[in-house]
Amino acid sequence: MRLQLSPELEAFREEMRTFFTTQVPQRIRDKVAGHGHVSKDEYVEAQRVLNAAGLAVPHWPVEWGGKDWTPLQRHIWREEMQLAGVPEPLAFNTSMIGPVIAAFGNQEQKERFLPKTANLDIWWCQGFSEPDAGSDLASLRTTAVRDGDDWVVNGQKTWTTLGQHADWIFCLVRTDPTAEKKQRGISLLVFPMDTPGVTLRPIELIDGGFEVNEVFFEDVRVPAENLIGEENRGWDYAKFLLGNERVGIARVGATKKMLAQAKDYAREITVDGRPLLEDPFMARRIAELENELVALELTALRVVANSADGKPHPASSVLKLRGSELQQAATELLVDLAGPLSVASFADEGSDVPAWARVATPHYLNYRKVSIYGGSNEVQRTIIAGTILGL
Amino acid sequence: MDFTNDREQNDLREAVRGLIERAYGDSEVRRKVVGTDPGFDEKTWSRLAEMGLLGLPFAEEHGGMGAGPIEVAIVAEEIGRVIAPEPFIEAVVLAGGLIAAVGTEEQKGELLGAIAEGTCVPAFAHAEIGTRWSASASAVTATQAGEGWTLSGAKEPVPTGARADVLVVSAVVDGGTGLFLVQGDAAGLVRTGYRTHDGTRAANVRFDGTPATLLGTGGDRTAAIERALAEARIAYSHEALGAMDSALRITAEYLKTRKQFGVTLNRFQALTFRAADMYVSLELARSTALWASMVQDAGGDVVSAADRARLQTSRAGRHIGKEAIQLHGGIGVTAEYSVGHYTSRLTAIDHLLGDGDFAAARLARTVADQETVDPLGAPYAV
Repeated sequence: MRLQLSPELEAFREEMRTFFTTQVPQRIRDKVAGHGHVSKDEYVEAQRVLNAAGLAVPHWPVEWGGKDWTPLQRHIWREEMQLAGVPEPLAFNTSMIGPVIAAFGNQEQKERFLPKTANLDIWWCQGFSEPDAGSDLASLRTTAVRDGDDWVVNGQKTWTTLGQHADWIFCLVRTDPTAEKKQRGISLLVFPMDTPGVTLRPIELIDGGFEVNEVFFEDVRVPAENLIGEENRGWDYAKFLLGNERVGIARVGATKKMLAQAKDYAREITVDGRPLLEDPFMARRIAELENELVALELTALRVVANSADGKPHPASSVLKLRGSELQQAATELLVDLAGPLSVASFADEGSDVPAWARVATPHYLNYRKVSIYGGSNEVQRTIIAGTILGL
Repeated sequence: MDFTNDREQNDLREAVRGLIERAYGDSEVRRKVVGTDPGFDEKTWSRLAEMGLLGLPFAEEHGGMGAGPIEVAIVAEEIGRVIAPEPFIEAVVLAGGLIAAVGTEEQKGELLGAIAEGTCVPAFAHAEIGTRWSASASAVTATQAGEGWTLSGAKEPVPTGARADVLVVSAVVDGGTGLFLVQGDAAGLVRTGYRTHDGTRAANVRFDGTPATLLGTGGDRTAAIERALAEARIAYSHEALGAMDSALRITAEYLKTRKQFGVTLNRFQALTFRAADMYVSLELARSTALWASMVQDAGGDVVSAADRARLQTSRAGRHIGKEAIQLHGGIGVTAEYSVGHYTSRLTAIDHLLGDGDFAAARLARTVADQETVDPLGAPYAV
């Protein structure tokens, strides 16, 4: 057992920190740190800066731009990115469809998609959930029926995040409705969002934002060459992909940044002539949250440092569960610090309410999502109880 | 950065587990042992000595093994796994640790070897009624008498205080808190022992002009006490880990076998989800306790690291201890069944040297000092 990072890893951490804080434009990082609205162009700009330096897809195979880093290096890369307020490379591209194509696609598909996916020349969105297939994803009903050289897709997807920016969709479709197990009759298709028959309808969320969408398919013709991997093996690819989705989902760096902001704000607000940060109850609330975060960070380090043999550490399931709870606790803290100012969510130039207090409540409301997506926390508890405790 | 034990450490764990499981693998044995004084098994104590565990953290020149905090943590966790009542942390880590930290060469040579051999059980007489978890003394006063000293006042509760062969006593001296040695048969020493709820023993210890020897060379020892308490808090965190791990394992096993409504209890999601939350608490506590030992090993800020470990293991210990009983139902509160004793011991560990609220309040006082906490940076890694 040893506490310190090796000198090489210390140097690596410094290199990452320097790159992220000097090469990614400050105006974009300020927006992320302030929980403001990051535009499509800004996402693209930031990811291209990373990609040009080989830092967008370090976890991909080396042949396609990966870095052959250890899990610990990847952890440091992600943490430093979050601490610096860098928009993370689009997960749909870099953590989901990219690794799936790299692992299961044919050579032609790899050449066609991977470079553009890494550089965000193609913006991907995810066609997984359906109105009747959420946590029970394998119940999905969108169908693809073979007709000559095409698949013909009919059905509906939902919760398609940032689908309004997307050029392409990767979509789980039922190709064998007669399969004995519902998981066995599913395939993975990719197609452009402007294919005839694709309709996108935005869903307004409780924070007033438009982040997710419904996507409808009506006789959408998809060329057979757009099938990824083997027919009816889509469920395996989905599991592979969702496994990646949970990597880095603890988001320790992002929560750490929120706590640092909370301390700053708690210094600015005075109650009975004293900074709120000196209030013993508030100081203790922040200290407890900070300690929970230390425990989570150390657990994440334990997991990444001890998962070199490729098998996930049993404690990894804790990361999503606790990581989401702490992100939510931090957003709640920011609302509480804003106090009455937290209602001024849609104030405009005539208002004196500081920007952080305006976004606090929408951010808090929006972040209810983090314990729902990526396998809800109830799904995580089911995994822990079943696979770890044997219940 | 590495959270894994090396081969020697794994061997140590295996050896300790073998010894302690032979002694307490059957929870009935523990019940019997704690039923009579001194509340632990002198034979098991000798076996721990034979294995070198009672001198584990002491220097080899003083008859110890020269091992570090990682090894101490391993032993503490294994003790917690079966809640063995032997006072390893109280006697070796805390009382022995203070002798090793501030004793003169002569005192170390005389006492540490005897502790390591199991022939001398020391206890730290520090707690006082009317105050709590402080590093300084107020209710016992030391007075210089010729070449020696005398102590007057009372300490309570003193773990293993009645059985101890020698007491390390904190007492008020000019300019702070001094540390003294009092022999078990000293004149004017009155010890009234009693059983504690977790089956171990504590005592009321009164000094009335009792002769004492200065431990070390004198002066204010508050900082040394603070440090020794921190190291013992970390060791207790590991004992708690072992106990929580067992409580969860026993509970999961029970859910798989106990039947109600014609099915085993693990068919009820209301129960399995709560077991899953216990696992989350345990693993977060484990990470923090392991880290605190690494901070101690690396020479970082052990007091702050101990507060962080204490806060996390205190919250986890209460959560797991209470849920372990609730998920069992009535059997969980019976003395005949093991799981409730784990909860009792976790409760004692929580309160002997400082609970979660105590640690949280201390951490709150410095929360404004740093923008973010980096567990791999200053002041923890140096």
